[in-house]
Amino acid sequence: MRKLIFVIGFLLSVASVNAQVKKSGSTSNNSPSLLKGKAVYTQYCLPCHQVDGSGVMNMNPPLIATAYVLGDKTQLINILLKGLSKGVVIDGDKYTNAMPAVNNLTDQQISDVLTYVRNSFGNKASNVTAAEVKAVRAKK
Amino acid sequence: MKKHNYKILSVLIVFLILCYSFKDKKDDNENAGLTLPTGFSASAVSENIGRARHIAINKNGEMYVRLGKLVDGKGTLFLTDDDKDGKFEVKYKFGNYSGTGVYIKNGYLYASSDEEVFRYKLDKDERIIDPNNPEKIVTGLLSRNQHETKSLVVDNEDNVYVNIGAYSNSCQVKDRSFESPGRIGCPILDSAGGIWKFKADKLNQSYNNGEHYASGLRNVVGLDWNYTTNSLFVMQHGRDNLNSSWPKLYDEKQSAELPAECLYQIKKGDNAGWPYMYYDQIQKKKILAPEYGGDGKKEADSKFINPVAAFPGHMAPNGLLFYTGNQFPEKYKNGAFIAFHGSWNRSPLPQEGYYVAFIPFKDGKPSGEWEVFAKGFAGVEVINSTRQAEHRPCGLAQSPDGSLFVTDDVKGSVYKISYNQ
Repeated sequence: MRKLIFVIGFLLSVASVNAQVKKSGSTSNNSPSLLKGKAVYTQYCLPCHQVDGSGVMNMNPPLIATAYVLGDKTQLINILLKGLSKGVVIDGDKYTNAMPAVNNLTDQQISDVLTYVRNSFGNKASNVTAAEVKAVRAKK
Repeated sequence: MKKHNYKILSVLIVFLILCYSFKDKKDDNENAGLTLPTGFSASAVSENIGRARHIAINKNGEMYVRLGKLVDGKGTLFLTDDDKDGKFEVKYKFGNYSGTGVYIKNGYLYASSDEEVFRYKLDKDERIIDPNNPEKIVTGLLSRNQHETKSLVVDNEDNVYVNIGAYSNSCQVKDRSFESPGRIGCPILDSAGGIWKFKADKLNQSYNNGEHYASGLRNVVGLDWNYTTNSLFVMQHGRDNLNSSWPKLYDEKQSAELPAECLYQIKKGDNAGWPYMYYDQIQKKKILAPEYGGDGKKEADSKFINPVAAFPGHMAPNGLLFYTGNQFPEKYKNGAFIAFHGSWNRSPLPQEGYYVAFIPFKDGKPSGEWEVFAKGFAGVEVINSTRQAEHRPCGLAQSPDGSLFVTDDVKGSVYKISYNQ
């Protein structure tokens, strides 16, 4: 019986180590932006885009593995600065709720949250810097 | 040798775990995974048919199901159980438009896209005579971003009632934005945010020859005709974002619970008050919307109608059905079933809904508290993100034998719920 308990304990610990490796693997980016970005995400983005970035069918687009998030940074920054009320199509599905502009956020907050989103939910893409946000904001 | 033992033991453990998980799976499949009141049972009569929205059942128990997304270029399914094995197969698909609404009345099947309403003549078995050539009775309805779907019901006098959802959350100058005020004299209301009435037998009607039957309804998906009161009843989807737009007035928890999802009895000319007010089910009051000077306490103009029942916020009532069958126990007779599609706007609290609720009626009015009737559609106990739900209830219909049918627009299951005594 003791042996059995030991084996179960061993299996569980292997499983949890695996899970941890997997978790940290998906956010291998060590930028301090990630933590700060998560806080911004939780307050401003999560209510619609959901805790796992998966969005809501027909309404709020998912932030996972989509060119809107992983692609052109200028376009992405502009979605936050100007909002988006036209609706988007991702993988053949239409999402139509209006995205409000969040231009009251600072350049640093926008860079943090975009860096977080581009490196969470299975995403992996380069960081967004505050300077990049500033440059896009200056262009209007 | 010891190592070898461990290997065998580990394999054994994995095997046991697998056995248990399969056993659980089997238990879950009882009643198609649903939890029901004593004496009821459920089965999935169709699976994976597409984004099944509303459903109509003909006199022989055959189903017409509307799809939120086309399958093979078609938007409506006709399903039958020819071999009587309890499973319904797609007999054919028709109509090149996706959408939600479908209803059978007086020898016709009515179906709506997000802009138009069609009707198909039925034969004596209530099968469509010519699926390719419907009459277009309504056209040109607004379908902008948000709340695009049109639901419909037909009364005894051949009038068709269609909801036109508001293309806005609360008619703010900037939709869903931080502290953005409401637009004065909300201009959306002239052509959306209400119910319009059309004649069943006239072609190509639109705003100019339809009747603006009721207004101040943000978005209605579930609606039904009540033959006791001979009137329309609708479930409104209440507004979102009280906290994210007005954080100084509402905390996250208040924003998760408010406002109520309301059941309204609708008479000609009624105004339910959107976007100027919402119904607070905790204070049991009509409250002035923050976009129009409200603070969470100021009451709204009393001219707006009261709901006949109020449910917790954001649960998304997508189906409403007054039960007129004889199969279920007496308490269900003439009461209302409501399919709650399930919320997304309740974080940081877990999401709510994802079940079919019931509220008893007597003499055309609710006669008791509402209760959860069928739950377990989501397949998980706690839902933090809508996509964790494997199934979401959407449409409701009653079959000729008095069973209740429920559609799911995630994986496309159709559930049949029966009472077995």
